[in-house]
Formats: sequence, C-alpha cells, structure tokens
Amino acid sequence: MTAPALELRQITKRFDAQTVVDRVDLIVPRNEVVALVGESGSGKTTTGLMALRLVEPTAGRILLGGQDITDLSQKAMKPFRRQTQVVFQDSYSSLDPMMTLGEIIAEPLAIHAIGTPSERRDQARHWLERVGLDGSYATRYPHELSGGQRQRISVARALILGASVLVADEPTSALDVSVKAQIVNLLQDLQGEMGLSMLFISHDLSVVRSLADQVVVMLRGRVVERGPTDRIFAAAHHPYTRALLDAVPVIDPKTRRRRTFLSAEELAAGTPRFRPHEIEPQPLVDTADPQLVALVGSHFVEAIVTEGR
Amino acid sequence: MRLVEIDDLTVSFRQYEGVVQAVRGVSFDLESGESLGIVGESGSGKSVTCSALLRLLREPPATIAAKRLSLGGQDMLRADKKALASIRGRVAAMVFQDPMTSLDPVFTIGHQIVETITAHRDVSKKDAMQRAIALLKRVEIKNAEAVVRFYPHQLSGGMLQRVMIAMALSCEPAVLIADEPTTALDVTIQAQILQLIKDIQAETGMGLVMITHDLGVIAETVDRVVVMYGGRVMETGPVEAIFEAPLHPYTRALLASIPGQKPGKQRLTEIPGASPNPADPPPGCPFHPRCPMAITACSTTTPELETKAPGRTAACIRVAAELAAA
Repeated sequence: MTAPALELRQITKRFDAQTVVDRVDLIVPRNEVVALVGESGSGKTTTGLMALRLVEPTAGRILLGGQDITDLSQKAMKPFRRQTQVVFQDSYSSLDPMMTLGEIIAEPLAIHAIGTPSERRDQARHWLERVGLDGSYATRYPHELSGGQRQRISVARALILGASVLVADEPTSALDVSVKAQIVNLLQDLQGEMGLSMLFISHDLSVVRSLADQVVVMLRGRVVERGPTDRIFAAAHHPYTRALLDAVPVIDPKTRRRRTFLSAEELAAGTPRFRPHEIEPQPLVDTADPQLVALVGSHFVEAIVTEGR
Repeated sequence: MRLVEIDDLTVSFRQYEGVVQAVRGVSFDLESGESLGIVGESGSGKSVTCSALLRLLREPPATIAAKRLSLGGQDMLRADKKALASIRGRVAAMVFQDPMTSLDPVFTIGHQIVETITAHRDVSKKDAMQRAIALLKRVEIKNAEAVVRFYPHQLSGGMLQRVMIAMALSCEPAVLIADEPTTALDVTIQAQILQLIKDIQAETGMGLVMITHDLGVIAETVDRVVVMYGGRVMETGPVEAIFEAPLHPYTRALLASIPGQKPGKQRLTEIPGASPNPADPPPGCPFHPRCPMAITACSTTTPELETKAPGRTAACIRVAAELAAA
C-alpha cells in the first residue's frame, strides 16, 4: 500500500498554557480532497499550518508521502517545500503589490533555481492560461484584478512547481457568490488533472459537500468526527457535527423552521457513549477520556467508551 | 403605511478617476411590518442604497438624487440635520456587519446603550440603564447585569452583534436595517442571530430590511426580495417565487451556482466573468457580458424594471420576449 500524501499523527500545538490543537490524527490519501471543517478557534488553520511546517508542532509527527519531515532543518525541508503548497483566503494580502503577475507566478521557480528566466516567463504564461486567464495578464499588477482573478493567480503560483499536496485555507470565503463556483471548479479540475491531494480548510459546508471526498470536523482543537463526505452529510453522529449541519441556511423558503440551539454544556454532555463490547475493534476500556471510535467503515466519532455510567 | 419609498435613486461618488455611479436608478418600497431582503454581490450598490436612504454618506464626495426618498413619511432629501437625527434610531435603526468597529472600545457596553437611549429620549441615566439591561435580556444575553459593565473586547463576535441589535432596538424603530449582520459570524452563531432578528420582528411588528450577499440568509428570513447587480435592481418579488421560478437570468444563474445543494462530489454551475467595475460599467444591461441569454439589444438598451407577473418585476428584455412567445 502506498503511503498517504499527507499524514499527521497525534499533532499538538500549545501556545503558552492553551492547547489549540490536541492530538489530532489526520490522513490525506493520494488524489483525494479532505475537508477540515470547524468554527473560528477550532484549530483548523493551525493544523493546516503545521502540515506545511509553517507552524512548528509542540508534539506529534508530520509525514509527507510516508516520510517523516517533523524534525528536518529548513535546508533539508527545501525539496519538500516543492511538494506542499498553500492557497490562503485573502489574495489581496498574499500577492505582492509591487510585482507583476508573471513575476509572482514564476517566483517559486526562481527560488528553486528552475529554468532560465525566459523559460520561467513561458511557464508563468502557461499557468496563467491554465487557471483561466489570458497570457497577457503577465505584465499586469494584482490591484488590476478582481478577487476571483487574484485567487486564480494564487492557485497558479501554488501549483507551478508541480506540488503534490495543496493546503487551501478558506480559498473561496472572501469571494463573491457568482465567482465562488468558478474557483471551486478550477480547484476540482486541477486536482483531477494533476492528481493533487488537497487539505481543504473551510467553514463553508456547502462548498465542502461539492468538493471533498472526506470531512474531518474539529471542535476546540479536537477531531470530533470524520468520515466520507456523503456519510457525514447524511448520518452525522456527533451532536456538534449535527449542530453545524443544522445551522446551514436552507436554500428553500418553503422549508423554513425554528431551530433549537444547544448550549456549550449541552453539546459537551451530548458526547456519544458506548459500552466496550459495542465497539469493533475493541478500544481502550473504561476511560473517561473521549476517544475516536469507528462506527461504519471509515466513519469515526469521538465518544466515551465505558462500562460504567 | 409605506415606511420606505425609494424612487429612481442615483448615488454617485466623485473620485480621482472621475465620477463613479454606485447606484443607478434604484426603486423599491417597504410597507410597515414587512421584511425585505436586498441581495447582491460586492459592488452591486445594496449597502450604498441603504446608507443613502438614511443619509449616512458624506456629501460630497457622494451625490444623492432621487424622485422620492422617504423614510417614515419624511422626505429624506429635504430633511435638515436636526430632523435626520430624530429619524435615525427612532424611525430606522441600522445594524452593521462588523460590531467590533461599530462599538467604541473605551466605553462600557452599558454606557454606549445608555448614550443611545438618552440621545433620543428624555429619561434619567438610571432609568436608561435599567432599559439597557432589559434590552440585553431581550436579545438573550443571560448575565445582562454584568455585561453592561463589560468593554467590547470582553465579548465574542456573536455577543457583540446581540449588543448591536439591542442598541438598534433601544428607540423602538419602525424599521430595522441590517447590513450583512451575520457575515462575520460562525455558521451556528449566524443561525442564532437570524432567529433572534426574526423573533423580534414578529414580536414588535417592525419592518426589516436585510442586506446580504447570501441567498441562504434571504431564504431563511424575509418575505420579499430585491435582487441588485451593477448598481441596478434586476428583479423583485415574493421570496418563494424568486427561489422557485426566478425570472431574471442573473437570479437564475446565482441560484444555480450555489454549492452543496445536491449530494456528491461534483462540478458546479459557474457564472463566467466577473462583476462589473462600478467606475466603468458596461453599456445596456449590467449583466449582459455574463448572460447566457444576451442578444445585441442587451448591450445597447438599459432595460426598465417592469411588472412581469403579479407582484413580480424584472429588468430584462429577454424575459419579456419569452413570456410573449409562450
């Protein structure tokens, strides 16, 4: 079996006394899109940054294509940096306003000393077209573009080195409704063409439903549920996942309804409980600490497994 | 009674590059107790329309012109500063997207609500504070007696938005104008705030204008919809009709492009191109460069907003042609 494109094992980040990411296990299989969802403060962005080693984990391991990169020096990291790239939410602040779009897209090639300047220019034009922009944009500047066009530039820059893993952190959240679908489609097309593996970080469950193969739900630094996308949308088990799905506005005014909201305490009290014999394979027995247990196939939920009440 | 009457509103801004027309001939009304959604993307003119209605724009650089612009029966174009001050808050109150920048960080929550109340009513500070606490309780803030002594940074985004709603309600406005009130919030908090706004509206019978880019928010909260694009109204109608059978090609395309409506990984229906640049709008219908139904006439004539069905209007020459052919 080939190693997954990206794997995080028991990854943990503490800032001072606060644990922002708490023993998270996460696997992005090759050529799949894994969505990491959760609300602000859930630790999803920090998890993504640790996968890229842009934030150093307090504990845990990061594996890229089966290779442990957790302790590599920055210099030893450089070849791996070509494989992992990132697209951020705000294309305005992530593109240098003083550089032309051609320079921005070709910069990763220059950093890795790939090709001659003229080859790099050709590559940049090629990528402009690949992300749906005219090659003549190479001499323009970021401020001349709309939000959607700028996000296309971010995607081109991220993929020009032939990355195998893309971390996309809310790439469509700042976009207009009419442009959002364009960028989702672009990511989907490139993912198919290049065999990309993607960690898609988002709070937008509608986009996640159309794009992701698997969903991982985070709450206060912990993974509370994960599973195939269709399974999560059809049969979420954790009360928090259900609350999150229930809160998504329904695009049909005829189905309006009053919602009931759970308080934080009610959510915490709602952690699923199982007796050890109900779980296959047998997990750790009788611990008050919640643990991820398998429900059906690859659908996992955080639960308390104990004989006692 | 007509709470809001906007007829042929034009708002332009004088800028270094020239004059930018952000709103180009917008008309709509709001009856008392009615809830109206204004949906549009950035640059559609939806926020500028409502800021112009309350005369909140700095003039110049803004220039406002309209055949009629009235709020609670008062002519907003002729109202002087004093009249405006009494209309704002009492007739119409506004809630903005970002509560953190709407509140002053150096004063307590209680102080700021009391300030609003005493500006409009002749009550003692002590009574005003009691009312502030009651208002915070109304927006479902549990420890209201403690929260009045808090500073804005001590509250979460959702709590701050509740405070903003409490403040907007403090003078019992006839209409609440909410400009993207939940856009900065997490989805579970958004659902709670929308429910709160709906509950309060049902209870007080006030009018509601909900400005948003999110069709989901529209589907959940309002009775009637105004769809804006490129500074113009594209379509108006009852919310159920708009979602079931949109008339304007822009509304249709927008609804079709919403992700996650069906299970399964899939490509989405996209709208090609980008929203028009307000400084350089296309001639004719603002949507024609992206419209799958556009014909040559769409780039030369600006379609008027016409009644296409009972209670429904659309600004599209193609829709008229379709109905005539049917």
